[in-house]
Amino acid sequence: MDIPVIRNVLEANDKMADQLRKLFARHGVLVLNLISSPGAGKTSVLERTLTDLRDEFRMAVVEGDLQTDNDARRVAATGARAVQINTDGGCHLDSNMVLDAISNFDLADLDILFIENVGNLVCPVEFDCGEDHKVALLSVTEGDDKPEKYPLLFNLSSVMLLNKVDLLPYVDFDVERARRFSTRLNQNLTIYELSCRSGEGLTPWYDWLREALKAKRAAAEAKA
Amino acid sequence: MSVATSLLDIVREELGKHEVEKLLLVRVRYGALANLVPEALEFAFEVLTTGTDFEGARIELVQNPVRLACGGCGREFEPEGRELLFSPCPACGEEVGHTVLSGRDLYVEHIEAE
Repeated sequence: MDIPVIRNVLEANDKMADQLRKLFARHGVLVLNLISSPGAGKTSVLERTLTDLRDEFRMAVVEGDLQTDNDARRVAATGARAVQINTDGGCHLDSNMVLDAISNFDLADLDILFIENVGNLVCPVEFDCGEDHKVALLSVTEGDDKPEKYPLLFNLSSVMLLNKVDLLPYVDFDVERARRFSTRLNQNLTIYELSCRSGEGLTPWYDWLREALKAKRAAAEAKA
Repeated sequence: MSVATSLLDIVREELGKHEVEKLLLVRVRYGALANLVPEALEFAFEVLTTGTDFEGARIELVQNPVRLACGGCGREFEPEGRELLFSPCPACGEEVGHTVLSGRDLYVEHIEAE
């Protein structure tokens, strides 16, 4: 028997992600999916952001790693709520894992939820977690051709954070090249150069968060 | 591996709907931008079906072309070669800002069973 099908292989994940998105919208929670290679500084950028904005926003983090709860403990030390997901070898988070994790939070008591994905520039891009925006994080200690090598992430992200710019004098990273190719892939990509170590360049990123949350709230109120 | 798992969930559901049990073949179509490694999916499929009632079933993977809309003139085209997203538009030569119309798809097209 021949059975014609035409069903998206990732449909189960996409459906759950849509449900999550509705749930987040109802509570007006801004959700960001943070994606980078291992070591680009996802956790450090979060620690800094959570610390600097803790009097302004109620924030929580879903941490994805293969093993350990080291990162959840690091971000929890800032006072933010944090839940660790261990994927036990899985290379990305998916919407089911995020659903399980957020049962630990009271969404009505949240402004911003960060999903710190598993360090990987490929698979996390394919699995929608119900986020409003993907945030790509790149650091100057990596190759400046990452956007060329892993185009989809930069194509689908709203923001690219270029981290560790305090190290630019010591590395060969060509900021213009990275900017040129990222913008080629995505004309709407907003790029911020910053260093969570030195603190430079953080203000524009925080302003973007403020605006994105405002937009989310306005959309939620328009619907209500 | 998670793609193979989702794939087999769909196959099981479809076989149930049609009241057949023995899977012979499943054909999957994927876009060139879907970040799918065909060999990896074939291997995961074999691993997950070995020792089950699906053992011996074949998986066939067919690649779909990428379609872009030019960032300059809006013309729709299929990029040639390996540049994909940075391919020059055949009409105006623009290399920048193309919109992906298709190429990220990943779907089960067809199942053969008895």
